[in-house]
Amino acid sequence: MGAYIIRRLILVIPTVFAISVISFVIIQLPPGDFLTAYVATLESAGQIVDQAQADALREQYGLGDSVWVQYWKWLSGVLTGDFGFSFQWQRPVSELIGERMALTILLSVASLLLVWVISLPIGVYSAVKQYSVTDYVFTFISFVGLGIPNFLLALVLMWWGFSTFGTSVGGLFSPEYVDAPWSVAKAIDFLSHLWIPALVLAIGGIAGLIRIMRANLLDELPKLYVTTARAKGMSEAKLVLKYPVRVALNPFVSTIGWTLPGLVSGSIIVSVVLNLPTTGPMLLTALQSQDMFLAGAILLLLSVLTVVGTLVSDILLAWLDPRIRFH
Amino acid sequence: MVDVVLDVQNLRAGFPTPEGFVKAVDGASFSVRRGETIGVVGESGCGKSITARTILRISGTSDQNLSGRIEYRPPGRNAIDLLGLRANGPEIRAIRGAEISMIFQEPMTAFSPVHTIGNQIVEALRLHRDVTYEEARVAAIGMLKRVEMSNAERSIDAYPHQLSGGMRQRAMIAMALMCSPQVLLADEPTTALDVTTQAQILSLIREIKEALGMSVVMITHDLGVVAETSQTVAVMYLGRVVEIAPVRAIFNDAKHPYTKALLASVPKLESRERLEPVSGMVPSPFNRPSGCPFNDRCPAAMPGVCDVRMPSETNVGDEHTVSCFLYGGDEDGSRRVDGL
Repeated sequence: MGAYIIRRLILVIPTVFAISVISFVIIQLPPGDFLTAYVATLESAGQIVDQAQADALREQYGLGDSVWVQYWKWLSGVLTGDFGFSFQWQRPVSELIGERMALTILLSVASLLLVWVISLPIGVYSAVKQYSVTDYVFTFISFVGLGIPNFLLALVLMWWGFSTFGTSVGGLFSPEYVDAPWSVAKAIDFLSHLWIPALVLAIGGIAGLIRIMRANLLDELPKLYVTTARAKGMSEAKLVLKYPVRVALNPFVSTIGWTLPGLVSGSIIVSVVLNLPTTGPMLLTALQSQDMFLAGAILLLLSVLTVVGTLVSDILLAWLDPRIRFH
Repeated sequence: MVDVVLDVQNLRAGFPTPEGFVKAVDGASFSVRRGETIGVVGESGCGKSITARTILRISGTSDQNLSGRIEYRPPGRNAIDLLGLRANGPEIRAIRGAEISMIFQEPMTAFSPVHTIGNQIVEALRLHRDVTYEEARVAAIGMLKRVEMSNAERSIDAYPHQLSGGMRQRAMIAMALMCSPQVLLADEPTTALDVTTQAQILSLIREIKEALGMSVVMITHDLGVVAETSQTVAVMYLGRVVEIAPVRAIFNDAKHPYTKALLASVPKLESRERLEPVSGMVPSPFNRPSGCPFNDRCPAAMPGVCDVRMPSETNVGDEHTVSCFLYGGDEDGSRRVDGL
């Protein structure tokens, strides 16, 4: 187990390096840079931009250097915690994304927990009571859940929340707490806002995992080791939970790895609709305005989080399944 | 009267499938004596595994597709009709693994791949006896030593994939014996093993059976295994027991044409004759022949008799019964088992 973890940890280093290169390439891909976009915006608004001033800015941010130098400057900054400067926000990137990143992670973890807590028992129940009325009901609901785009669900929930409770359910904080420092009251306010976006983001995952759990468990239930446990005199509930569910659990653990990128890339629309202060909408505007250091930092951090998530899920899988551990 | 521990009478078990109803066991009767090994032989699909699983009520057959009687007679207590118990209810669960336990053909898939064998063996004891984990573990190591598991203290913490097939089957046997059962149902315990290991496992089962005084139901398609282990043999064909006899009588004086055909298909060292396979194929379970189930493959079939009526059990010798019209089958005095 120890050797396995060390081997996996060593593999992380080249992966993260490759990710940093790819993130940098991606933000360099569109023609021009932030300054050309900035100048174009100003000119379209009727302002005249002094070419010398633009060149001075370009020099200041190293935008005139070769790509390699730019990459090196960026990477060495990142390694010391300096993610560069956001042109658009006129603030250091690290300052901008710190809280958003924390909220993004919190939201991901909350929706992941929701996904697990809801889909695990339903999936197990659906498999054990295959073709029962309840199974059909859950199957129907989960297909509906898979079919509804989650931004639509977000809109409906917002409308429902507004018309029923008369409060805005957008965002992660009530207006009076948005800029307030963290306190117990703010944390409670946060938790009371958290469940709607967490639920919206979780629905698709819940529906998918119910299907996966049901299918996996249906594969495991007829296996001989289940019959062996039954032949030992174990009660049905106990043996189903101890043996086949344990084996069918692997895809659940694997979800840790893809939850974070899914939350960010797949749910930008939800975050925009629900006005969530997560990294998704910020990444979108950063990419639109070619705010390269901000976009690069978000891309890099999310990719690293994905790698970390995959690492955690791999280690958990090895712990769950000795066949992985010993091969 | 002989001391019977398990009495199966006119057992029927079937499964509804999309293609039709499958009669897996169709009126099987035999009894298991205390301290004896009975071999249940037959081709694949003759219902022998389902019979064994139905004894423990783990065949997955719903109650309305089960009939007959499986009487378990525990020492010092009243007989229990296992078919009368609620499937997966507490009564049958108290018997499973504790008084009647089972070992399976494929020791690799019969153990959970993600739990150590120790975990699964300890559990077998703790489900039925009020012992601590440590006590159960000590007992499990003792049992693993008894089944000649190499390096029992270490093997107990091994996962199934870390053990060889023979060692896995030993672990399986140890698990089945943790509660000293009255009856061991062995469902082709050596089929998946190589011949050397097979011989070791068979002699191990024989030794332990003697030492614990338990009964063994040895389910197999291999007449060699029967010859080596059993005192009595029940030959099954299409869900029915067609002949029961002491092992000597089966090998020296088989009566039923199917038993004879089975024996003729086994290679013998002293003989240079060509092997004779049983002619034809096992009929499809959806298209069973009318009358005697073997009549369409039987060299001695009597048209107008065998394909019309079902033969009943006839006593043809000392504890030797056969269901065949060649030996009576429906004369007075014979024990009618099946009215259909």
